[in-house]
Amino acid sequence: MSYLVDEKGYYGAFGGAYIPEMLYPNVEELRQNYLSIMESEEFQEEFRQLLRDYVGRPTPLFEAQRLSEKYGARIFLKREDLCHTGAHKVNNTVGQILMAQRLGKKKIIAETGAGQHGVATATVCALMGMECIVYMGEIDMERQRPNVERMKILGAQVVPATSGSKTLKDATNEAMRHWINNPSDTHYIIGSVVGPHPYPDMVARFQAVISEEIRWQLEKQTGSQAPDYVVACVGGGSNAAGAYYHYLEDPEVKLIAVEAGGLGVDSGKSAATTRLGRSGVLHGSKTLLMQTEDGQVTEPYSISAGLDYPGIGPMHAHLFTSGRGEFLDVTDEDAMKAGIELSRLEGIIPAIESAHAFAVLDRLSLERDDVVVINLSGRGDKDLETYIKWGKY
Amino acid sequence: METQELDKNRINRLFREKGNDLLSVYYTAGFPGPEDTMEIARLLEEAGADIIEIGMPFSDPVADGPTIQASNNQALKNGMSIARLLSGLRNMREQISLPVILMGYINPVLQYGVEKFCSECEQAGVDGLILPDLPMAEYLQEYKQIFDNHGLKNVFLITPQTSEERIRQIDDNTDGFIYMVSSAATTGAKKGFSDEQLEYFERIRSMQLQNPLLIGFGISDHSTYSKANEYARGAIIGSAFIRLLSETEDKERDIKKFIKEIKGRS
Repeated sequence: MSYLVDEKGYYGAFGGAYIPEMLYPNVEELRQNYLSIMESEEFQEEFRQLLRDYVGRPTPLFEAQRLSEKYGARIFLKREDLCHTGAHKVNNTVGQILMAQRLGKKKIIAETGAGQHGVATATVCALMGMECIVYMGEIDMERQRPNVERMKILGAQVVPATSGSKTLKDATNEAMRHWINNPSDTHYIIGSVVGPHPYPDMVARFQAVISEEIRWQLEKQTGSQAPDYVVACVGGGSNAAGAYYHYLEDPEVKLIAVEAGGLGVDSGKSAATTRLGRSGVLHGSKTLLMQTEDGQVTEPYSISAGLDYPGIGPMHAHLFTSGRGEFLDVTDEDAMKAGIELSRLEGIIPAIESAHAFAVLDRLSLERDDVVVINLSGRGDKDLETYIKWGKY
Repeated sequence: METQELDKNRINRLFREKGNDLLSVYYTAGFPGPEDTMEIARLLEEAGADIIEIGMPFSDPVADGPTIQASNNQALKNGMSIARLLSGLRNMREQISLPVILMGYINPVLQYGVEKFCSECEQAGVDGLILPDLPMAEYLQEYKQIFDNHGLKNVFLITPQTSEERIRQIDDNTDGFIYMVSSAATTGAKKGFSDEQLEYFERIRSMQLQNPLLIGFGISDHSTYSKANEYARGAIIGSAFIRLLSETEDKERDIKKFIKEIKGRS
């Protein structure tokens, strides 16, 4: 079984391009060109150079001794938190802005949840001198204020999404509407492995640099390119897609996806899509989706804005239903505790999104010589206020 | 044989029998009140509309502007759903004879079950469907047969950016009408048409498609309606009518007045 996208844009039963005709020309233009652009030597050269000199790649693969001691395995942290702008999101925005330039686009729009993708987009727009509009849910703007200000400092316009739950889903709706109204000169930089084909595949390919590096870094440190586990948090799923990418076809490597359980999967306040969702269509793809019996999309909840999304990328929906990936969920409380634990044991304050991935370590029945790679997708600076409010440290 | 088939569907009959200046009116089911849907359809028929387009509300209507979004939200709050709508339309054909089209996003239809949905649409006397986020390829492969079995016309949208090749493909794969989106935009009124839009209307008209064209998006008054009718068989009005519904205190009087003003009959 393949876990990559097929020629029709599907991952098993999931994916496709369920978009109104108004978006068809843009998405089709991208579909026809993205692979040849990405694979051209000239593109790769500029992309690689920016990842190295601007983003700061390769990011380290750090063996976390005290965490390893505690959980009884060899635990490595892929330090995406050390990327410029503080999270893995910038890998994709660097790639997509180069794509937008080659498609002759002049303006950039983006949606953002936690603000990390918005900041990463505003950053590359400043770098390339392109106009940037970021849609962000009104509620997310409140809980991620520092990132709102960062985007503004970088010269982006931040537009509040005031419909629905006023979070990531609604910001995505507004960005799509903007694109419908401005089809010819604007590129939409989607921040996760969601949206109509070819976005999930394109974003996964840009993020695949994460597992590309893990392979050679791990070989240097352990003698093998393949760990026993790769663990990552999943909202839409871009950091997980990047961390899994080069291990998808290697069944020896267990892929662990950690979703946001919120106040608990049965509490009605959760974003654990694989537990609560079923097949449906949102934002251009068929995927697992939290919805009512009538097919109305329900409002998710998580303490972490970056995981507060009612769907997951179609690639992950396929990993879940095929059994290739193991999906776990973690409550707000356990994620916060794991964040504090990482801070105390390793001197690293993680983003609350990433903290979810650390909260499953005691559920993995690890053995002493197991090699575990956790994708530390972002740093916790943006979450200080949430940590302070939570207060149990 | 073919003529008989054509005659069976009210959309085909309308375009065969009536001339130009057709007016299709969109409104959201369950808006403004939960029980208003059939009454509004009746009043539209009495007032002289030619096609009735009933929106099935969705939580995330990405192709719609603020006016229709708000009506979707209100309708969902009022408890509207596909099940409730179809049960409300069950005796529709005892009350109205105009072609009726249901418009909505694909997800609620998928959850309801496409076969069940189409079968109940047929029983109610629905003539066509507009599902803007159902891609043509998926429609042809998975659903066309089901739609056809239940006598439902699938209405495709085209926009100023749609390529000629794709327009021809759409024209070959439908036999109701083509919904011509007047500009690169979500639904909602703009002020008049630009020269660029008129050039686009002309470009499409000169393609001499098999299917009749209706122009929608940005039709808000008599002047945009009659301009659209210079290039197409008719026009579709949505947001402006939703605004009227949210303001009116006398539906019967105001819907009559509204249609009369749009059509420009005195």
